[in-house]
Amino acid sequence: MSKNEIAIEFRDVSFVLPGGKTLLAQLNLQVGRGETLVLLGRSGSGKTTTMKLINRLIDPTAGQVIINGKPTVDWDPIRLRRRIGYVIQEIGLFPHLTIEQNIGVVPRLEGWQPERIRQRAYELLNLVGLDAERFAGRMPRELSGGQRQRVGVARALAADPPVILLDEPFGALDPITRRGIQQEFKALQQNLGKTMVFVTHDIAEAFVLGSRIGLLKDGEMVLLGAPAELLQSSHPEARAFAACFHDGQAIGRPA
Amino acid sequence: MTLLEFFTHNRGELGELVMEHLFLVVISTGIAVLIGVPLGILLTRRPALSKPILGFANIMQTVPSLALFGFLIPLNIYLFQVKIVGGIGARTAIVALVLYSLLPIIRNTFTGISNVDPAIRDAGRGMGMTDRQLLLQVELPLALGVIIAGVRVATVICVGTATIAAAIDAGGLGRYIFRGLRANDNVLILAGAVPAALIAIAADLLLGYFEKTIQLGAAVRGKSKSLLWASALVILAALGGVYFFNTNSTGRIAVGSKDFTEQVILGEIVAQAIEAKAGLQVVRRFDLGGNLAHEALIGGEIDVYVEYTGTGLLAILKEKPLADPQEVLRRVKSAYAARFKLEWTEPLGFNNTFAILVRGDDAKKLGLTTVSDAAKVSSRWRAGFGQDFMSRADGYPGFSKAYGLHFEATREMDLSLTYRALAENQVDLIAGNSTDGLISRYGLFQLADDRHYFPPYDAVPVVRQATLEKYPALRGVLKQLGGILTVDEMRKLNYAVDGEKRQAKDVAQEFLRGKGVLR
Repeated sequence: MSKNEIAIEFRDVSFVLPGGKTLLAQLNLQVGRGETLVLLGRSGSGKTTTMKLINRLIDPTAGQVIINGKPTVDWDPIRLRRRIGYVIQEIGLFPHLTIEQNIGVVPRLEGWQPERIRQRAYELLNLVGLDAERFAGRMPRELSGGQRQRVGVARALAADPPVILLDEPFGALDPITRRGIQQEFKALQQNLGKTMVFVTHDIAEAFVLGSRIGLLKDGEMVLLGAPAELLQSSHPEARAFAACFHDGQAIGRPA
Repeated sequence: MTLLEFFTHNRGELGELVMEHLFLVVISTGIAVLIGVPLGILLTRRPALSKPILGFANIMQTVPSLALFGFLIPLNIYLFQVKIVGGIGARTAIVALVLYSLLPIIRNTFTGISNVDPAIRDAGRGMGMTDRQLLLQVELPLALGVIIAGVRVATVICVGTATIAAAIDAGGLGRYIFRGLRANDNVLILAGAVPAALIAIAADLLLGYFEKTIQLGAAVRGKSKSLLWASALVILAALGGVYFFNTNSTGRIAVGSKDFTEQVILGEIVAQAIEAKAGLQVVRRFDLGGNLAHEALIGGEIDVYVEYTGTGLLAILKEKPLADPQEVLRRVKSAYAARFKLEWTEPLGFNNTFAILVRGDDAKKLGLTTVSDAAKVSSRWRAGFGQDFMSRADGYPGFSKAYGLHFEATREMDLSLTYRALAENQVDLIAGNSTDGLISRYGLFQLADDRHYFPPYDAVPVVRQATLEKYPALRGVLKQLGGILTVDEMRKLNYAVDGEKRQAKDVAQEFLRGKGVLR
């Protein structure tokens, strides 16, 4: 990848808690523009830590995270975060704001005109498959889990950021809703051409959405490559995940 | 008179007292919100401060309200030339009430914000909100319900505590309660307590309703509106406050009184005489507890009140007791002039000394006429004394020693309650005032002070020298009041108020007319 094509780069990044516990060790990683990198791993493997390093919710204790050629520590964190859409599990919607207001948060922070914000919210609601007329005025608690997640994605897209981080966005959904929304998201992803980092512990989801998969274990990147490479790897963690994948395939296969 | 009759008769005054009460509560809680919410927010940003600040607010709540008032009165703190703490009146009461209201507001703001889901906070920060935006757009709206709950608690506390503010002339429904306690009048006590309780319940319901509607959702749509209302209310209250402080006693004579019936009557007599004879406007600042009247006089909060020579000698000047009335007056006159720039004018003519009282039946049955007689049987008796008598050197400690009195039990209660306690056999001996109208009402017997322990307590108006210089006509008026009252007359006036439930104002007016001072 040439320098211009790299959106996000990790150079020997470590993150150690003040108590001495290492959450992330010596991570090296490049995400190209328009690429979707899926970070796969068990709970506590360092996936979310990696995300928070990208939008500077935390700073690395060693190494550098470079966004658009500039280390995150040199970015104004507010400016940086407004260029990065952020979707977390369903709780991330503000419970005291309507759907329309939730989607409009970043545009409002950016000082858009109210009419433009409203237009954008309606446009995005329709884009993620929700009837804007019906949903714009509702409160998050009035929506189902799947609907809330769509709103979460719409909100991350609101100010048209070049990078979007998704931290297990579909984790709390039932498997059927989840498969459906994954397919829709994949279609959306191809249309938008955004750089995305997607965190999941579901290998099937990783296969559907990722152009590359990074496998994390105990804060270390044990494998980084195309989905097929993961299935062929002899690393025990890769084999463990691959086994889940084959089980899932076996169940889904007609007798 | 039933409570309802009282309310219909005194509609105007009741309305005034309710307004004063609401004024105290609204201003105090308003200021407490303006201080407490930012402090609570600060604590969420600097958790290390939470221990000292919450600790301070906690301690403030445990200080008894009268003690806090007493502590604040001599402070006299100025901000931009405006006195903000110190002296008697609403100002000091508001400071105390604010201190009482702070804890629930700070604590609820702190916990309300701290309890916001960390994931939501992360989402906000991750979307690029600054700390300020996160606070105003996410944390505060989500914590609003909890904060309002704190304001609700603070308001109810404030409504209750504000009744005590009457003790330092801050007005409010406490006036009825204190007046009722003094006169042993349950109707009067209820006339203060019932409306105060109703205000507390109403405030609780109203803020409880706010708390509910302000929960998620409704808050956002109605937020700007309710914010508008709240700020309008605060501005209104602030304006009221400015008005209130500005209408203080500038250019008028402020007449004070201590917090018992006789003092209120004497205050009225002095006030009405000044109004009629010197043609000056008079502000009445009555019902000042403990030594507040003296402190208020020194501080210039009042210009004149009636003091007793013995009290001046012993309680204020802390000198040794003297038996000769003339000698006592001479002593206090010269010492007050030198130390406080205050002048004792003409004695009103009566001596309100401590009256050691027993039930008339007991006196007859046991053949008691003097305190020495009582000392022989006192070991089987329970005594009831007012706080004042218990605490002053010339009160219980010296008195019991002089007569060798030992009681089975000594109960400290409000002076006004001791008469009733004696009449109802709850105690067997009390120290009342020789001029109290209740003595004849309850058929009590005054034991003679055969060892002349109690010094003379001649009632004399004490006035600021500065005021006399500014208004020379005042001297003539006070001179005219010299020797105007005998003990017997004073007892009758007291009974007219305590026993017959008449207004001190009317009783004083009638008396002055009878004496030809008023026409």
